[in-house]
Amino acid sequence: MDQPLKDSPVHHIHHKMLPVWFFIGILLLVYGIIILYVGIREFSHPAPVVLASYHASIWGGSILIFLGGFYTLRYWPRRQR
Amino acid sequence: MWLSHPSLSTLAIWQASGNRLISLAPTDILIIILYFVMVLGIGIYLKNFSNTSDDFFMAGRDMSAWVAGLSFLSANLGALELMGWAAAAYQYGILATHFYWIAAFPAMVFLGLVMMPFYYISNTHSVPGYLQLRFGESTRALSGISFAFMTVLMSGINMYAMALVMKVVLGWNIHFSIWVSSLTVAVYVTLGGLYSAIFNEVLQFFLIWLGALAIPILGLIEAGGWNGLVSKIHERVSGDYVHLWAPLGSFSSNPMGVNWAGIVLGLGGVIAFGYWTTDFLVVQRAMTARDLRSAKMAPIIAAYFKMFVPLIVILPGLLALGLLPYKLVPQSATGPGMHSYNEVLPLMLARYCGPGLLGLGVTALIAGFMSGMAGNISAFATVWTYDIYRPYIRKRESDQHYLRVGRWCTILGVIASIGTAYLVTHFQSIMDYMQALVSFFIAPLFGTVILGMLWKRATNKGGFWGLLAGTVSSIAMYTAALIHPDWLRYIALSSDAKPMAENLYRALWSWLICVGVTVVVSLCTEAKPAAALKNLVWAYTDISNDHDQPLYKRPLIWGIGVGVIFAVLQYIFW
Repeated sequence: MDQPLKDSPVHHIHHKMLPVWFFIGILLLVYGIIILYVGIREFSHPAPVVLASYHASIWGGSILIFLGGFYTLRYWPRRQR
Repeated sequence: MWLSHPSLSTLAIWQASGNRLISLAPTDILIIILYFVMVLGIGIYLKNFSNTSDDFFMAGRDMSAWVAGLSFLSANLGALELMGWAAAAYQYGILATHFYWIAAFPAMVFLGLVMMPFYYISNTHSVPGYLQLRFGESTRALSGISFAFMTVLMSGINMYAMALVMKVVLGWNIHFSIWVSSLTVAVYVTLGGLYSAIFNEVLQFFLIWLGALAIPILGLIEAGGWNGLVSKIHERVSGDYVHLWAPLGSFSSNPMGVNWAGIVLGLGGVIAFGYWTTDFLVVQRAMTARDLRSAKMAPIIAAYFKMFVPLIVILPGLLALGLLPYKLVPQSATGPGMHSYNEVLPLMLARYCGPGLLGLGVTALIAGFMSGMAGNISAFATVWTYDIYRPYIRKRESDQHYLRVGRWCTILGVIASIGTAYLVTHFQSIMDYMQALVSFFIAPLFGTVILGMLWKRATNKGGFWGLLAGTVSSIAMYTAALIHPDWLRYIALSSDAKPMAENLYRALWSWLICVGVTVVVSLCTEAKPAAALKNLVWAYTDISNDHDQPLYKRPLIWGIGVGVIFAVLQYIFW
């Protein structure tokens, strides 16, 4: 009868791949641009939401652009050694 | 956390009650489409790096502490969680926060500091894999088969829940949601394996925070700050909705129908420790860390963020309680023009977010559902391949063979999930039973694993019979309470106890039974030799105490830090 098979040990493998932060940066940056654009349009076409005067889309879009831009530039492939 | 969380059961009867809650603008649709393009793109990109089974199942064990930690948290931060606990906050008030604080911090820090070293140093692929090394084949089989079965069903339930939510909130066709989400998950997990699952979980973490953050910020502005919100809640409802511990003196003094002992011992003790330290779905993320220190840090990093999740989940529920001009009702009481508790989060999203931000919020929910499915499917593929297929079906095949099996498992897992989703469409009570089914295994499993790690005298037979006894006793208590609801008073020790208390106390008893049986059987059977326990038990494992690291890099220091934040939060909201 076969002996019970023990779990094989896990190996560490290092790949040179784009970090997840880069993908996050790109998506947030694109989202930020879209939302900021919508936010600017809302000055002439206000959204039917509570506290519209606070222009959440302007703030949200700006934060997304800032975060997305930071991650995109920080982890841009050409900047990696 | 999945257990006791109300959305799963109430969603089962959550039918579309007329018009959809939210209408999306073209900008919102564009944002959703871009998300799908990105996750598929990530999957295609990562296929180039999934060349071995360790790549596919363990992400090459090369993740940094931050990636592993955020992924660890995101695996638990699904859309059902968010919507369910926002609804619970509306219903029970700030008491729901216990599920984010006491049910998270102690267990997550304990996992990082005490248990993670054993999972990591033993060099295994899974929690059932550890059980095989420590307690032998039968304990692994019991744990592995039950886990594989449950994860694939849970993935299907997640898929169904997403389709249902999309139908109610956005008016989308239920089949469209099931097929689009499942095909996307199938493509990106089959291509990139755990790499894809983890990348998308980290992405989801950002989307959820950024998509939901507008609600607490604008809500608090509208309410006039926290004090203004508390005043508004007091004006609108009677009872204590804004204190964490003060109303827990007895079962009858709070809307949850549970007392402090149930919360501390049942929730914060057995359930939390069982879930966070033995559920392979989350533990797998920490096991992918590139070194032991990162593996220990991963759950601790997650604990910091978990502490602040109530900002985007519990606070929206409380804000709805204080600010919405109409009252939300239980699902069973909804009529035309009325909304149920479950709709709190989408309602608050629509209240404050215009086009664009609304699309981001909806994308966050979709991302939450999809990464929930992907997490279950990737964990299923690992356990099936390493703990069922390899030991029992094809023992000695090449690495490429197991990699192919993993990819096929992913596809089969998605197909089984789709089947489950359609099964639930016709038999919705399955969702309630599944939630109970998962709870049967988690609490006793924690008893088995913790004794295995800390008590060298625990034997193979002790581990197996303890796990079996704990599981069977949990099923017996559940069945007894189902047939004789009045027996709840014996299980939860009070005639005022409600079903929530039954969950907490049932977990506690089943854990105690598991521990008791394991101890007795172990003492009656022959001890394992020390050589067989090396790197598996505290007494025979050389665990680094990180003293060679600077203070700011030591997991213990970070664990103490999260403990201090926890204590301050308890004091503020006592």
